[in-house]
Amino acid sequence: MSTVVTEEGLRVAGAREVVFNDFSLQVATANGSGSQTANNVLMRSIFQMGVPVSGKNLFPSNIQGLPTWFTIRANGDGYIARKRDLDVLVLMNPETADEDVRTARTGAIVVCEQKLGVHTKRDDVLFFPVPFSELVVKVTTAPEHAKLRKLIVNMLYVGVVADLMGIDHAEIEKSIAKQLKGKQKAIDLNVNAVRLGWEWSEANFPEKCPYRVQRMDKTAGKIIIDGNAAMALGYLFGGATVASWYPITPSSSLCESFIDFAQDYRKDPVTGKLNAAVIQAEDEIAAIGMVLGASWVGARAFTSTSGPGVSLMSEFIGLGYYAEIPAVIVDVQRVGPSTGLPTRTMQGDLLLCYYNSHGDTRHPLLFPCSPEECFDMAHDALDLAEQLQTPVFVLTDLDLGMNNWMADPFAYPDKPLNRGKVLNAEQLNELKEGWGRYKDVDGDGIPYRSLPATNSPYGAFFTRGSGHNERAVYTERPQDYVDNVDRLSRKFETARHMVPKPEFQERGSKHGLLAFGTSHWGTVEARDRMERDLGISLDYCRLRSLPLCDELRDWIARHDRIYVVEQNRDAQLRTILRDELPEYATRFVSVRQYNGLPLDATTVIDGVVNDAEIASAKSPAGSLKAVSGDAAEIASAKSPATRSADSPANGNKESNP
Amino acid sequence: MSAVPPTATPKTNRIGLPRADYEGGKSTLCLGCGHDVITKQIITAFYEMGVEPHRVVKLSGIGCSSKTPAYFLNRAWGFNGVHGRMPSVATGAMVANPTLAGIGISGDGDTASIGIGQFVHLVRRNVPLVYIIENNGVYGLTKGQFSATADHGAKLKSGEVNELTPIDCCSLAIELGGAFVARSFSGDMKQLQSILQAAIAHKGTAILDVISPCVTFNDHEGSTKSYKYSKDHETPVHEIGFVPFFEETMAEIQPGESKDVRFPDGSLVRFKGVGRDYDPTDKEAAMRAIHESYAKQEILTGILYLNPSKADFSSTLNVSPGSLVNIPLEKLRPTPEALAEIMESYR
Repeated sequence: MSTVVTEEGLRVAGAREVVFNDFSLQVATANGSGSQTANNVLMRSIFQMGVPVSGKNLFPSNIQGLPTWFTIRANGDGYIARKRDLDVLVLMNPETADEDVRTARTGAIVVCEQKLGVHTKRDDVLFFPVPFSELVVKVTTAPEHAKLRKLIVNMLYVGVVADLMGIDHAEIEKSIAKQLKGKQKAIDLNVNAVRLGWEWSEANFPEKCPYRVQRMDKTAGKIIIDGNAAMALGYLFGGATVASWYPITPSSSLCESFIDFAQDYRKDPVTGKLNAAVIQAEDEIAAIGMVLGASWVGARAFTSTSGPGVSLMSEFIGLGYYAEIPAVIVDVQRVGPSTGLPTRTMQGDLLLCYYNSHGDTRHPLLFPCSPEECFDMAHDALDLAEQLQTPVFVLTDLDLGMNNWMADPFAYPDKPLNRGKVLNAEQLNELKEGWGRYKDVDGDGIPYRSLPATNSPYGAFFTRGSGHNERAVYTERPQDYVDNVDRLSRKFETARHMVPKPEFQERGSKHGLLAFGTSHWGTVEARDRMERDLGISLDYCRLRSLPLCDELRDWIARHDRIYVVEQNRDAQLRTILRDELPEYATRFVSVRQYNGLPLDATTVIDGVVNDAEIASAKSPAGSLKAVSGDAAEIASAKSPATRSADSPANGNKESNP
Repeated sequence: MSAVPPTATPKTNRIGLPRADYEGGKSTLCLGCGHDVITKQIITAFYEMGVEPHRVVKLSGIGCSSKTPAYFLNRAWGFNGVHGRMPSVATGAMVANPTLAGIGISGDGDTASIGIGQFVHLVRRNVPLVYIIENNGVYGLTKGQFSATADHGAKLKSGEVNELTPIDCCSLAIELGGAFVARSFSGDMKQLQSILQAAIAHKGTAILDVISPCVTFNDHEGSTKSYKYSKDHETPVHEIGFVPFFEETMAEIQPGESKDVRFPDGSLVRFKGVGRDYDPTDKEAAMRAIHESYAKQEILTGILYLNPSKADFSSTLNVSPGSLVNIPLEKLRPTPEALAEIMESYR
């Protein structure tokens, strides 16, 4: 059976040493074919063997039929960003098999359905053709199982891959049991399928895949969770009582998770009633309106959405800013503009959110990069919104929100809820007419508010989006307007000291990398690879929020050249940096990826080594100059890989200021 | 205390507050505006019902009507939001604290055009809120363009004729499951007062479409929302007597040819026939009557449909009936054991 492995393929495979715990594996299936369970079983099994792993689902905006890919990155050193080069391909989708084979890199390993015949089409790729459609019939002989073949066939490739790559069968069975949660009949059926795939592979492929999984101990105690669920937990533990949302990919599962958690952990044991209200709104405009209404009466409220939703919310967000009403808005970013690529990832809403709404507006933004931070920053955002009395954005993206991430178990939050400057009846009665809703008593730009239902004749005020003075009375007086919006500026200055600080990792370099959110993962991998392979040492700053703080300004002042890594076309973060730090504007070099795929390290390396400044600085040593024109080669110099098809040069551009 | 002469004691309501505590700022609307009449009736209704002003939230969108919350209940919290989106703000506020008494003021533009979507969903959810549409058929603040409630064939001052079908907010609300749907006329203060008090007692969305002529842009010959036209065409379907839960007697209407509808809090609405067979608890009949009134050019007024037992939104959501605002942290934040249990499920 294995005779179809061509001479060139064998040569390629044979020339290579076996690589342990360092590969990317991609499974191509059709949407709705039930491969998600199988893919998660594969990922979990590797995780259970102690190997750091990530799983990224590249799926279409479709329920059934269109192509979908699941990529697993396993790396013993803990690098879990998407890898540009695919090492192992599992081709189950006849629609994409030809193209997937055509674009596979030389030396790639391909497991495929034998009858597709694609294994004859390349001789520089190592094929493992399997008669999946024949095998699946053998495990589904019972008449009631016939209709399950489409699903069960996925477990066959799990078995084949497990055999070829050395994934422990016991771990596979364990993760199947976990995925199927005690449904014994289904577990048996799936385990049998895995076994058949395994045995068939064992009998027919004496030569195994050069990429192997080997047990280690780097995942002990860790969990696997998606960012949306992590953030929903953050709101649960952070005391949110009202959530309002309109379904939109990739954010829907955030509020859906919150609903599930609230059912389990916010139900009064006596009355059976919930201490949380979740409203599925008629659109995003209503969703933010409800959040503002709830926050205005004093509840901790949030909404989750994606870019198109933020566009719709803009008018209300301006009201929240101007009338000073807390609100938390989670933007799980996807590819825009317009409908864009609704199931692909991007960091494209920075400018939209930072300056959201008409007139002069500016809003704090938080950038979690991991599930742990999704959990923590949910609470931070609720506190900040109430402390600052303003809308606060939490920006994640599809990659973080919907994909499975390895994480440390979340630390129990022991801090109290910070409700900000709220006056109670006693304080109001004491202040009497001395209180003004928009009066800057403390010099920090943050006024004191009162909540409806506070039993004091001095508590009421009129909230309005029209011009108002410090007593919340309607005014069109020029000076009143200026005083008010200048105070809002002061408040934003206060916010600089309150938002989460950046994280700095120093290596004594005059050059630095700056990234935020999910760009972190590809960036740190790139930094380490550049140091190891190219001798380029770079400091690193992970921005965790806007507005910019003093510590960031100091860090920028200390570095001659700063590579700003982000996942959008227009260098949106660099735009903000240049605007707010004009004295350093020429130091920022943009490194960007915006093809809808999560950032890979190679893109960052390309961006840095292609930068003329660093190239010429290195040129006397002679090591970089000769190759600086072709960064891709440098990036992949260690492996025989070339670019894979999912990373066209388009969208992986870098430019100098 | 008894030494104080009776003349110096201001008249107070059942919770001991004078009417002045229910008043608001000075109106900046045009002299003779129907909206100001409604404002006065709102003040009277909250005063008579003895609602604590600090428990009231008064919300609005944008437009002439939406300015009016500044003109009543100064001791209540006001929220002047964005155009057409008051229902969502009210929904968030009332779900977060259902112990509040909510009143929303909107206009025909704010409700039937830019805000029709939020209006529709407010009614579907049955959010506890008195929702008043101060309906004059034109945009006032932008100087007299037709609104979506303008009748077919109605004429603007400029002579322009409305060729589009009007949106009838009452039949729309009934269709959507509205459980308290009324129409009144700012020139019929007695009826409006009874409806307002009943609306305050109703636990759910109470829709009040109140014809409220615009003296500046829509009070001319050819208008179907002028004082004269409204007066001539108003057709009450019944007389309404309202007895709040804290009162025993029915002053105005004696039992007889009448129908009583009781609210869960014990309040009672007594409907007396006025020569036509109208049952305000019969949804289909209400819809039929409204549809037939178009052809007869009648403006039907009264509580057109009433079902006080429909579940309000917080009940539908299975949310605790009290305020969600000040729940102690120990009730909001699950225990460390709960977090450990959740973490375990992700291992």
